[in-house]
Amino acid sequence: MIKTDVVIIGAGPAGLFCAHQLGIIGLKCEIVDNLDKIGGQCIELYPDKPIYDIPAVPKCTGEELTNNLIEQIKPFNFNFHLSDRVQELKNENNKWLVKTLNGKEFETHNIVIAGGVGSFEPRKFPTKSAEKYDGKSVLYSIKDKTIFKDKSVVIFGGGDSALDWAIELSNSSKVTLVHRRDEFRGAPASVQKIKELSDNKTIDLITKYSIKDVKGNGSLESVEIKSETGESKVIKADYVLGFFGLIMQLGPIVEWGLNLDKKTIPVNTENFETNKKGIFAIGDICTYPGKLKLILSGFHEGALAARGCFKYARPDEKYRFEFTTASSTIKDRLGVKE
Amino acid sequence: MAKIKYIEFNGTEHEADVANGLSVMEGAIQNDIPGIDADCGGGMSCATCHVYINDDEWFRKLPEKEMGEDDMLDQAFEPKSNSRLSCQLIVSDDLDGLTVHMPEKQV
Repeated sequence: MIKTDVVIIGAGPAGLFCAHQLGIIGLKCEIVDNLDKIGGQCIELYPDKPIYDIPAVPKCTGEELTNNLIEQIKPFNFNFHLSDRVQELKNENNKWLVKTLNGKEFETHNIVIAGGVGSFEPRKFPTKSAEKYDGKSVLYSIKDKTIFKDKSVVIFGGGDSALDWAIELSNSSKVTLVHRRDEFRGAPASVQKIKELSDNKTIDLITKYSIKDVKGNGSLESVEIKSETGESKVIKADYVLGFFGLIMQLGPIVEWGLNLDKKTIPVNTENFETNKKGIFAIGDICTYPGKLKLILSGFHEGALAARGCFKYARPDEKYRFEFTTASSTIKDRLGVKE
Repeated sequence: MAKIKYIEFNGTEHEADVANGLSVMEGAIQNDIPGIDADCGGGMSCATCHVYINDDEWFRKLPEKEMGEDDMLDQAFEPKSNSRLSCQLIVSDDLDGLTVHMPEKQV
């Protein structure tokens, strides 16, 4: 059991800056994120895309912004719990007991939900029949590529994951790549390579088709694909891989008794607390009149939520507002010497 | 102003008068029409405002897709050649009478 002042759910920009603000006012926190890296949407959706609306930063990429935020909270040595997800919350004696999917447990005064639009999960095939084989022969990510050796592998998708795996597996497997249109969104060099592999018959490339059904008798045997004009084909398949990008799901958050407005959590704008005492929501996941889904709004929300957390974490102390430029206490916390 | 018809996957029809300059997605959200999620808020960064334009003539009449829209549509639920992201369809008088069909689900 890890005891802390605050558990932050989500290591995107809002969660990271909230952690900074907690550190500045002398609170501890633990940060949980279900991605395997820090940065949230910035790192998963647009690591290389420039952002132009961070105050006083005319231009930076999602990756640069993330790296700077990590640098900014370094002095506080907060723990990150990546590839994990908060699963259960329970209130006991005015404290929250938090359990994660990987079995970690926290006892905390406060929880800050900075979960963006939910956790990232791969988009799965729409066909019901594929569920039966999910995780066995229908896969959305690859952990061990040796299982495909000398097998028939049908890959669906048109992005880098689909193309890279089609190229990689074509060395040792019979690969068919199926995509819904003629254009691919992967890197130009990969698209070129796929066309070469298709021209010299190393892989089968089928465009303007999508999945219709998977068939098998205990183990997967084939996949049926369809075109929009009604033709269908059956391809022998030992494995079917789908790479359709990631979707965002709220996940267990919906079970915590929080008020929800569609996929967002209503908060008050004084301290971004939800309807549950000690649970705050900031960033894209919170809503209030006038809410803008901008990173800069998440920063503001995190700063105020941190002060809200102080009240519960230090009930006997009075929070004192201080500037980082002037306060020697804050400078000590940051480990800066003058 | 344009009258836009939104048809849910189960056949339920909704009609909304949408002001010029708003997107077809915003028209649905502001009128509480179900079936369009718009997780990213209209930035062509997700594929949860996906609609089908079943009428061929209308599909051709709509403003062309910008770079990136098809890439996002690859990641939508059951995209077809008549798929569009409704956040990219900006309403003008020209869109009066447009009908969009919602997919079975967005995520």
